[in-house]
Parts: sequence; C-alpha cells; structure tokens
Amino acid sequence: MEEARRVISVIVLNEASVLSRISGLFAGRGYNIDSLTVAPIPDSKYSRITIVTAGSVRVIEQIIKQLHKLIPVLKVYEHADLVEKEMAMVKIPLGESISDVEALAHAYNGKIVNVSSDTLIVMVADEPHRVGHFLEAIKRFHPKEIVRSGSVALER
Amino acid sequence: MQISGAQMVIEALIAEQVEVVFGYPGGAIMNVYDEIYKQKGFQHILVRHEQAAVHAAEGYSKVSGKVGVAMITSGPGFTNAITGIADAYMDSIPLVVISGQVPMSLVGTDAFQEIDAVGISRPCTKHNYLVTDASDLARVLKEAFYLARSGRPGPVHVDIPKDVTAQIANFDYSKDVEIETYKPTVKGNVRQIKKAIEAIAAAKRPLLYLGGGIVNANAADLVREFSKITQIPAVETFMARGVLHHADPLLISMLGMHGSYAANMAMSETDLIIGLGARFDDRVTGKLSEFAKHAQIIHVDIDPASISKIVNAHFPIVGDVKSVLETMIPLAKEQIDPTRYDAWHKTIANFNKLHPLGYSEEGDRIKPQWVVERIGQLLGEDANISTDVGQHQMWTAQFYPFSRPRQWISSGGLGTMGFGFPAALGVKRADPKRVSINITGDGSILMNIQELMTAVEYDLPVVNVILNNNFLGMVRQWQTMFYDKRHSATDLSLQPDFVKLSESFGGIGYRVTTKEEFDAALKDAVEKKVVAIIDVVVNRFENVLPMVPAGGSLFNMMLEYKEK
Ligand SMILES: Cc1cc2nc3c(=O)[nH]c(=O)nc-3n(C[C@H](O)[C@H](O)[C@H](O)COP(=O)(O)OP(=O)(O)OC[C@H]3O[C@@H](n4cnc5c(N)ncnc54)[C@H](O)[C@@H]3O)c2cc1C
Ligand SMILES: Cc1ncc(C[n+]2csc(CCOP(=O)(O)OP(=O)(O)O)c2C)c(N)n1
Ligand SMILES: [Mg+2]
Repeated sequence: MEEARRVISVIVLNEASVLSRISGLFAGRGYNIDSLTVAPIPDSKYSRITIVTAGSVRVIEQIIKQLHKLIPVLKVYEHADLVEKEMAMVKIPLGESISDVEALAHAYNGKIVNVSSDTLIVMVADEPHRVGHFLEAIKRFHPKEIVRSGSVALER
Repeated sequence: MQISGAQMVIEALIAEQVEVVFGYPGGAIMNVYDEIYKQKGFQHILVRHEQAAVHAAEGYSKVSGKVGVAMITSGPGFTNAITGIADAYMDSIPLVVISGQVPMSLVGTDAFQEIDAVGISRPCTKHNYLVTDASDLARVLKEAFYLARSGRPGPVHVDIPKDVTAQIANFDYSKDVEIETYKPTVKGNVRQIKKAIEAIAAAKRPLLYLGGGIVNANAADLVREFSKITQIPAVETFMARGVLHHADPLLISMLGMHGSYAANMAMSETDLIIGLGARFDDRVTGKLSEFAKHAQIIHVDIDPASISKIVNAHFPIVGDVKSVLETMIPLAKEQIDPTRYDAWHKTIANFNKLHPLGYSEEGDRIKPQWVVERIGQLLGEDANISTDVGQHQMWTAQFYPFSRPRQWISSGGLGTMGFGFPAALGVKRADPKRVSINITGDGSILMNIQELMTAVEYDLPVVNVILNNNFLGMVRQWQTMFYDKRHSATDLSLQPDFVKLSESFGGIGYRVTTKEEFDAALKDAVEKKVVAIIDVVVNRFENVLPMVPAGGSLFNMMLEYKEK
C-alpha cells in the first residue's frame, strides 16, 4: 500500500507524562515520526502536538484511533487542507557575503537574526519542502550548524 | 476530611466496595500496609509472589465481574507484578494495581528499589498515574476504578511515592468522575444497526463470531436470544467459551488455530460475519489474505481501534455489545426469517460429520483429552475452570462442556504460563460455593507453585489437575512437527514428587495413572476441601489437533499428524 506523508494534530491535556505516552505509542507500535512539535495552547489547560508521519491509509487510521484511545487526548485531526509551516535557523561563518545570505533568506521568508564577531544566524519560516530547498541553497555559504523546528499546521 | 495518603487509599477501596486485595508488602508501601492492619473493610490476601497477586486479582475479576485489586511495593515488587499487568491488558481485564514508590525527594536519583514504574507499565495498562501530591489521591483513585471498568476494560496502575502516603491532605471521594478527554461510546449508531440487520436478512450464510467482549458486557443472555430468534449458527473465540451453552445446536465450536474443522470451514464459507466483541486475533484468522474471502463483515466493538484494525469492516458499529443487541433484537424479530438459513445449517452439519472434534483412546493409557471431558462429566456446570498455558489449555478449550459465561478463566492474549493457579485462587475467593479447578501442565504449575501456601493459609481449596506429559508439550509439539523432532530444552523428565510437594505445604496430592484412580482422586479432592494437586500421568506425545499451522489458512487444517 502507498505510504503517504500525513500531518496530524493532537490536542492533549497538559500533563507531565503525556508526551511520553504519545512517543511511546509510536515507538511501541512501529509507527514513524518525521517531526513532532508541542506547545501549550494559550489560556487553556491543553497543548497542541503536531506530528508529521507517513503510512498507508490503514496505518494512519490506526494511528488516529490509537491516539484517541490515550486517556489525556481530547481531539485528533488529520489534516487534508492545511497551512503548514516550519522554521529553520542556520549558523554561517562571517566572511561570506552578508548581502548574498540576506537575499537568499529573503526569498524564503527569512532574515538574518543575529550577527556575532565570527558568525551570523539566519532564520527562515516557510513550507517544509521549501525549507528543504533553502537548506540546499544555503550550503554554499558553508553552514556550521542547522536546526529545523518541525512542522506546525492549521486547517484552512 | 484531613487524613494521610495511606488512609485515603483505604477509604477509597472501601468506598469502591472492594472486598479483597491481593498483595505483598515492602518498604515503599509500608504506610499503606499499616493502615490495612488497622481496618476491617476488606480482606487482604498475602500471596507469595507479586505476579500471583495480579493473576489472583484477574481471576477474581473474571468471575465476579468486579474490578480486581492488587497491591505491591516499589522496584522488584513492581517488576514482579508486570507480567500480570500485561496479561490483564491483553485480555481486557479491569484491575486497579497500586504500587509504592520511593519518596518524591528520591525519585530520579536511582534510589534503593527505585524503578520508573509508570514508564514500564505505560504500554501495558489502559492508563497509569504517578501521584505526586496526596490531595490528588481521591480523584486519581476514583478515576482509576472508573477507567478500569468502563469502555474497553483494562488494568490501571497507580504509583504512590512513600512521602505521599504519609502526607496529610483533604480527602473527598464524593465528586463524580469527570474526564473530559474520555467518553466511551456505549450506544451504537441506530442507522448503522439498521443497515446491519438488512444485511443479515439478505445473507445466505451468516455466521455469529462471538468474542470475549460479550462476557465483559454481560451480554450472553442477549446473544443466546438473538441466535435463537434468527437461527444463525455461531463460532466462539477462545475468550468467548461459555457464551453459548455447549449443547446449543447453533454453536459450532471454537474457531482458529486449534478450533474445530467445522468452525473454521464455516468461517471460510460464510457470506456475512457478525462479529460481536471479538478482535480478529491472528490465532483466529490464520493467513489474512485467505480469511473469510466471501464475507462481508459486521463488527460490533466498544473500542473503535479494534474495528478495521486487522480486516476491513463493512458495517462498523462502535458501542457496548449489550446495548447494541438490545436495539438489534426487536429489529431482527421483524425482519429476519429464521428458516432462511436451512441449507446453510445442512452444510455445517456436513462439516461436523466429516471431521468432528475428537481423539482416539489408546488402551489403558490416560489421554489428556479424556481427563478434561471427565472433569466435565463429573463437575460440569458446578466448576469454574482455569488453566495455564500449553496443550492442556487447548484441550480444555476444546473439550470442556462450558455452559455459562465467566466459567472459563484462561490467559488468551499474553499466554502466560503460571497464570492458572493464582487465577484459580482469585476465582475461588469470588465464587466460594463452586469448585475451582486449575487444569495445568507439568511445566506451568511450577511457575507459581509457591501459591500452595496462600491457598492453605486463606483456605482456598483449588484443585490443580496436572496433565503430566513430562514435556513442555506445546513447544514439543511444534518441534515434532516443524523442527524435525529436535526436542530442544522441552524434556521435563526430571520432576518433583508433586504429591509430597503439595503435602509439604499442607495440601493434599494424588498421583494418578488409571481412569479409576482419577475419578477417585477428583471426588476425594473436591470433598476434602483443601488445596490439592492431582498429578495425572498422560500420553507423552499427544498432539493438539486439528491445527492451522502458523501462517496457514483456516480451511487448510492439519487434521491428523502421522509420525514421519
Ligand atoms: C497457545 C494459545 C493458542 C490459542 N489458540 C486460539 C485459537 O485456536 N482460537 C482462538 O479463538 N483463540 C486462541 N487463542 C487465544 C487468542 O490468543 C486470543 O486471546 C483470542 O482469540 C482473542 O479473543 P477475542 O477476539 O474474543 O478477543 P478478546 O481479547 O476477548 O477481546 C475482546 C474484544 O471485545 C471488545 N469489547 C470489550 N468489552 C466490550 C463491550 N462491552 N462491548 C463490545 N465490545 C467489547 C474489546 O474491545 C475487544 O476488541 C490462543 C491462545 C494461546 C495462548
Ligand atoms: C511464561 C511463559 N514462558 C514460556 C512460554 C512458551 N510456552 C508456551 S506453552 C509452553 C509449554 C507449557 O508446558 P506445560 O505447562 O507442561 O503444558 P503442556 O503444553 O505440556 O500441556 C511454553 C514453554 C509461555 N507461554 N509463557
Ligand atoms: Mg507438559
């Protein structure tokens, strides 16, 4: 069966153990996690977890049901029509052309966010596949460190 | 009410009308044991190994339908209990397991007898809690009991650090449980149920596929009524033995790996499976791509994750099977013509005639299957039957004449050797008027043999019947059939004297080599009302048949095995 990339949002009670329940479920049942982000939902006792995974229709259906089965899980959405964004930061040695870096970042909805004595940090926020393109393109500036945030998503 | 955490545990258990706790003390749980000493609300049964505490609670729960309770200490006490917890999880048995933990100030320091208990129990419980403040205890314990018994039941583990059991806080158990993230669906969707009834009315060869969920839902009476008014034949899973009376003409038999030929053929030929509280386990389906190829599937289950997990359901109905049947029965009366399936009954009768479930006698040698049948003849409905795991377990599932639900207590999902004896103790505690029989193997019985002491101390006269083949028989059978008779590490020729073993604990024992001796021993053991071991010497190389070899399809059963 065809493995498709899926984005799932899970609304959970803010409890100490909840993330381990979710990651344990994925590990124990052999589901993969491409990325996972989590942060509290403002002014509520819930957090929102965004999980990017891949699997056949049947596997995704099981993942959603198994997530639902966890006691502290309030809602599970599988996104079809969504806006999805990811952030990345890249540390680059000074000496490269700052304006070239800046222009590249700009094309991917980003900018230089920090300059120190020997490095600068550039940040972009865009669709995950575009972030991937950016990280390809930035290679020629000899990045020293790269960090990706993982996806967050909202239904349209 | 301002009381200590330990007192809260006692108050909660009493409020839940718990009548017995199976447990074993130790450092981290001592505050609670001190309160147990002072109270009179429930009995505490000191088992002799923590695994047995959980199995006993399982047996108690299975027979009584109530939540079973086990209590253990931190570290090794907890890890000893985990097999029982996993067993209850696989078989959906409602338990509350309370463990002590090192004090909060030491949690995370690799303290003496510290282990991450909730980390270990997470994948094998319905839910678990680490209680960090005594003011949470009332809510947590009340939720634990509620979660254990509602929806798809299961074990809930509550881990309580020692300082929390000493802490004084407010205790109010009167608040209703309110978990906004947990709302199991009880009532099935009526439109979906109507469609299912139409499908049944249109089917030619429908088949009831009965599972353990019916026992849990106390819905056996309704299933009996439904099958009677519709005249639809039925197969039972291993977990559903006793849902229909063994003599019910509509009951074909157990299906699956060691099910009957007729049951498996019916499953292969049906055009409509009516699955009630059954989860299409791999022991039942055999090779999936060949499973019930001609069938549409109605699947009633309280757990949405059970539906379309293994096979796709055409009519998924999420809900409590009892409630769903209450809706189905009046519709069935109106719409289903019970004479419609006459040809189908004839087909099934033919399957039955072709290869009935049976075994052959061999001179004076006692056949293990005979022992099971004989217990059935002598005790029948008056006994509750537990087993361990192995060949003896399968023979019991095949040959015991079960007549009511909750008569049958066996470890299906995890297949835990060592389950039978402690479970039978819990069974006896729950239903003292009936005889509690544990049909066991010479391998399995040694895995919780220390419980002879518990049985004597608390006057729980379980009768253990060992079908002694001097082998880890089930594994030996596979080695004979699929490993060219290389009987690697399965020969149990070296054995204790089971009679003396039982006597040394204060029980009684019998060594039996003839049928007459068996009858006499069983009669005597039942009358004497002390824990007993009846060590029955049976045919060493008997195989459990028929059999669907692992990965094979249901309609391709091995009906007999000829030595090569
Ligand atoms: C050596 C060995 C051999 C075995 N061979 C066989 C074999 O040949 N045949 C066989 O059948 N089994 C066999 N088993 C047992 C097997 O492993 C499974 O335990 C068993 O098949 C599961 O039975 P079940 O489908 O009835 O599910 P259970 O484990 O009893 O699950 C119950 C289902 O009902 C649902 N449910 C619970 N409560 C409700 C409710 N109130 N309303 C609606 N639904 C509810 C649950 O969500 C679950 O899906 C064997 C086991 C061993 C150890
Ligand atoms: C705790 C545990 N360990 C190992 C097994 C694997 N196993 C399944 S059946 C069996 C043999 C059981 O032997 P016995 O109790 O003598 O029963 P018999 O099959 O001979 O009737 C074994 C080792 C198991 N199910 N449980
Ligand atoms: Mg044996």
